[in-house]
Amino acid sequence: MAAIKAMLAKPWIWSFVAAAGVWMVTILFTAGASTLGLTQAALTFAAFSIIVGLGQMFVITLGPGNVDLSIPSTMTLAGTVALKLMDTNNGLIAVGILVTLAVGVTVGIGNYTLIKLLRIPPIIATLSSSFIIQSTAIWYNRGIRIKPPRVLAEFTTASTLGIPNVAWLALAISIVAWVLLERGIYGRWVSAIGQNMRAARLAGVPVDGVRVATYVLCAVLAALAGFLLSCFSGGAALNMGAEYLLTSIAVVVIGGTAVAGGFANVPGIWGASLFLFLVVSMLNTYGASAGVRLFLTGVIIIAVIIAASRRLGEGSSTS
Amino acid sequence: MTWLTAERWRLLVPAVSLTVLLIAVFWLQPRTMSYTGLNLLFNLAVPIALATIAQMLIMMVNGLDLSMGTFVSFVACVTATFLQTDPLVGALILFGCIAIYGALGVVIYLRNLPAIVVTLGMSFVWGGLAVLLLPTPGGAAPEWIRWVMTSKPPFVPMAIVASVIIAAAAHWLVMRSSFGVVLRGVGGNERTVERAGWSVLRARATAYAMAGFFAVLSGMSLVGLTTSADANIALRYTLLSIAGVILGGGEFVGGRVSPIGAVIGALTLTLAASFLSFLRISPDWQIGAQGAILIIVLALRLVLTRREARVAH
Repeated sequence: MAAIKAMLAKPWIWSFVAAAGVWMVTILFTAGASTLGLTQAALTFAAFSIIVGLGQMFVITLGPGNVDLSIPSTMTLAGTVALKLMDTNNGLIAVGILVTLAVGVTVGIGNYTLIKLLRIPPIIATLSSSFIIQSTAIWYNRGIRIKPPRVLAEFTTASTLGIPNVAWLALAISIVAWVLLERGIYGRWVSAIGQNMRAARLAGVPVDGVRVATYVLCAVLAALAGFLLSCFSGGAALNMGAEYLLTSIAVVVIGGTAVAGGFANVPGIWGASLFLFLVVSMLNTYGASAGVRLFLTGVIIIAVIIAASRRLGEGSSTS
Repeated sequence: MTWLTAERWRLLVPAVSLTVLLIAVFWLQPRTMSYTGLNLLFNLAVPIALATIAQMLIMMVNGLDLSMGTFVSFVACVTATFLQTDPLVGALILFGCIAIYGALGVVIYLRNLPAIVVTLGMSFVWGGLAVLLLPTPGGAAPEWIRWVMTSKPPFVPMAIVASVIIAAAAHWLVMRSSFGVVLRGVGGNERTVERAGWSVLRARATAYAMAGFFAVLSGMSLVGLTTSADANIALRYTLLSIAGVILGGGEFVGGRVSPIGAVIGALTLTLAASFLSFLRISPDWQIGAQGAILIIVLALRLVLTRREARVAH
């Protein structure tokens, strides 16, 4: 009983309960015929949200006002530039990966420079830079859709031991993120800054170093997700990151990370990403139109948040 | 310089930015220096200004509305369909929307929810409803809205008259009325307001309902200008409205907002788009240049707010 109670107190449990519930309902509707396909699709598509969500999670944990709005444009830029440089050539994959990382590092440093030098709220700084990044991608791309190298296209669409390769990658990144957050000094520093930046500074936390590292980490993960997504979907598209603007924030928050900062949660990102994908596929299975699907997605998101929230004055505020 | 209070310093940067940009546009294209020219330049500013005021009201109580764009789109769809064919049903729907905004304020406060997340969820709800209402672009603007938005008052174009009215009304509501002080107080220090005997619940509900009201006006005026609507018509407004509030000297927390500044911020953003098209910048870089203008104005603000701090002390 105590164990169950301890489990229910975990902020991430709700996203898994919700995801499992939606999964069951969908499976029941199709009488079990789609079990394997649905699970694989969910893991594949959730993987992309998980990778960008982890970066957004660290940024949001830095405290109020910290949100990275440049994730979609970074994804697009990394995907376009890497695919164009590799030019379907299997031998240039290493170059593509290096360029992807370079795009991420550049964007992250650029974002933090704006935040620090101009003292712009991060949400506006990343919004402004996203316009510039998006323009760079448009200018570089010239409307040409280049296919990914065959090896990469096969790798991102294939499975190992029944689990999609991209999900394995997301798992590896999540484990690193979890270790960084729960076992490393970096995670303590990020949480400390999110709880009280002044106190963290006085306690000797290298605030600027940690913040710049966080924005770089977020941009690198976004670039990586963009790279994988463009390989997975057979080429980069200028609008391919668009849906990840809201998704990256939604998975962080539904996953139990505090929006006000200071408290992050890695497992919740998995639950929330699977949940969001499963909701859409459940509604698809029931044959809902695009409008109904959007409407119900919103209603379900709000319902989950309200269910997981505490009443005013009840316990400490973690929301 | 006693007349130069901190509040006026706050307005100086947005005002200077707008003036500089306007001079640049006049210099690039002298023909805009006329009644018709100004009308064309600022035409689309009216719905953006209204959406910016709505966003400002939410930010005033330490929230952030990520559903502004989809909500204004939904209102535009209702205006172009129900309000035109069955005015009574249309009006009821729009009043219902304002009530929903008020209810959101209540839920966010009572359950201690982050506004960003709730409005994020609502953005899906409004988006879905808008798609259901108008799956393909269409509808028509009600005659009277069309008439208001395209009317030509003497000497000064409608867009500018409307902007001044919006700024004045919002300024009175937020900065001069006694209830406005309570509302800003909720953003500043909620507990103090509560101890002083005001209902924080009522204040929050009012702030959100007022935001809903201004956003409804935004959607209606947009349809008056475009004559038809579609489900994605105003998606840009979410980010535009946030940028407008910040450009106008508002802040994310602490109830520090400026309604006049917000309207000026919205005008600046509208003008920036025209400025770039007059510069004949390659279409590839249009969006990027808008980002650059945003950064330059904020850099200017940094220089001047340092002086504001000196004036205030």
